[in-house]
Amino acid sequence: MIVSVHNLKKRYRRVQALREVSFDVNEGEIFGLIGPDGAGKTTLFRILATLLLPDGGTASVDWLDVVRDYKAIRRRIGYMPGRFSLYQDLTVEENLQFFATTFGTTIQENYHLIKDIYQHIERFKTRKAGQLSGGMKQKLALSCALIHAPRVLFLDEPTTGVDPVSRKEFWEMLHHLQHDYGITIVVSTPYMDEAMKCDRIALMQDGQFLQIDTPQAIIAGYERNLWSVSSDHMHQLLGHLRQWPQATSVFSFGVTYHVTVSPDADANRLRNFLAQKGHQHIDINPISASIEDAFMALSTTRQG
Amino acid sequence: MKENYVIEAAGLTKQFGTFVACDHVTFKVHEGEIFGFLGANGAGKTTAMRMLCGLSVPSAGHATVAGYDVYHQADQVKKNIGYMSQKFSLYDDLTVAENLRLFGGIYGMSRRQIKEKTAILLQELGFENERDTMVRSLPLGWKQKLAFSLAIFHEPKIVFLDEPTGGVDPITRRQFWELIYRAADRGITVFVTTHYMDEAEYCDRVSIMVDGQIRALDTPAELKRTFEAENMYEVFLSLARTAIRTDS
Repeated sequence: MIVSVHNLKKRYRRVQALREVSFDVNEGEIFGLIGPDGAGKTTLFRILATLLLPDGGTASVDWLDVVRDYKAIRRRIGYMPGRFSLYQDLTVEENLQFFATTFGTTIQENYHLIKDIYQHIERFKTRKAGQLSGGMKQKLALSCALIHAPRVLFLDEPTTGVDPVSRKEFWEMLHHLQHDYGITIVVSTPYMDEAMKCDRIALMQDGQFLQIDTPQAIIAGYERNLWSVSSDHMHQLLGHLRQWPQATSVFSFGVTYHVTVSPDADANRLRNFLAQKGHQHIDINPISASIEDAFMALSTTRQG
Repeated sequence: MKENYVIEAAGLTKQFGTFVACDHVTFKVHEGEIFGFLGANGAGKTTAMRMLCGLSVPSAGHATVAGYDVYHQADQVKKNIGYMSQKFSLYDDLTVAENLRLFGGIYGMSRRQIKEKTAILLQELGFENERDTMVRSLPLGWKQKLAFSLAIFHEPKIVFLDEPTGGVDPITRRQFWELIYRAADRGITVFVTTHYMDEAEYCDRVSIMVDGQIRALDTPAELKRTFEAENMYEVFLSLARTAIRTDS
């Protein structure tokens, strides 16, 4: 296990940021930490990157202990924090040079690793990092995290605030790194759709893991009956669905509502119920869950 | 039927040196509408929004917001709009009630108005017990809901929301949109940017910016028909691919 975490705990004054989390990451895997802000993702990364001491539990990266062997770990990992943390006053090339030199290597030596990413920004190499756009900063930060050929990449919310097109490109780069160089990647995101791009994921909330598995297995394990419902009066439909006794939860999902219903629920009954309320063009379809449905079901179960 | 517009932009342009960040943007937003303002990073959304809020002076063209000219009457514009961004909306080291009092005071509400509206707002949000809680110790989802309620505390005609749901958990994200609907039902116009394409479906109309220009503006249903797309994500992708100016 290239990353192994056992009962890791961390508390900041009154906030329990991590509550005894455990997980393992296989070599060459893309492992996703999926959860909203405040779930504990950054705390976990900071401990794994040897920047923060845990209150309890153990963690190892590349078979080295994060507390005892912190110096050795730092040479073997690439860490991209959520907040842009390169030197704003240095140019693109100077930043890259700086990180290469710090790790005792050169840009030339590992250029193959960053080529696909760096060539997008190479024509701006004399521009100061502080003057780059969001997408360019993200690519520079990833290049700097890769230039010493790390065994493991820790990426803390690399796509937050990034538009859907750039997000898609970013994930293509990650798959490329995984596929061609076998780099292990641990990546966090608040975007549920990105979970599907990982080999395995941990759904995270309030410092705990709700579930760890492949995204496919998490979806397959969804046990509730789920319907997609729409009508000609979507606005009123929300309230009406919530009045229906067999509906246990109602959430908007793009153009329809996803409704979880009790096992004895009958679609024809719902159709009649809604027709009586004045709805027309009523569409009710049993559907399989998305990862977002699964997350919501798990988080409401946890909250009781 | 006479149309009431809360935003009217005509040829709105912002140039930084030789770079045209916002390029002759023309559009209108109806009263009470939920208007989605989409675009890739660097397409010019923030620049356009700053001009509409009276924070940045247009290089050319003009716009009225809530009936006031953004250039000549910027102060009036600011009084009649609400604004919420993902980054900053609340003071962490003030309590919930103190934040409300501060913002109410800034917008010139009377003590009595502030007191009355505070009671209503706390009840609506189910925050009665959090009145004297420091904002810092509220969960993120609560903060975002409070920040939105604060942005419309002074009953503005229009509220600008800049990526209000970024990083928010999926349930809170949906509850947040229910608050948006409620505000729209009360006649408040909502102008919102988002990177979540399912949220684009919740808007009455959506505009998509590419290279500083508005390339598409319609209802989500009509946009999907025009671009022969299954969903708004596909609409967005096919338009964003036409961009010449790249963010990277």
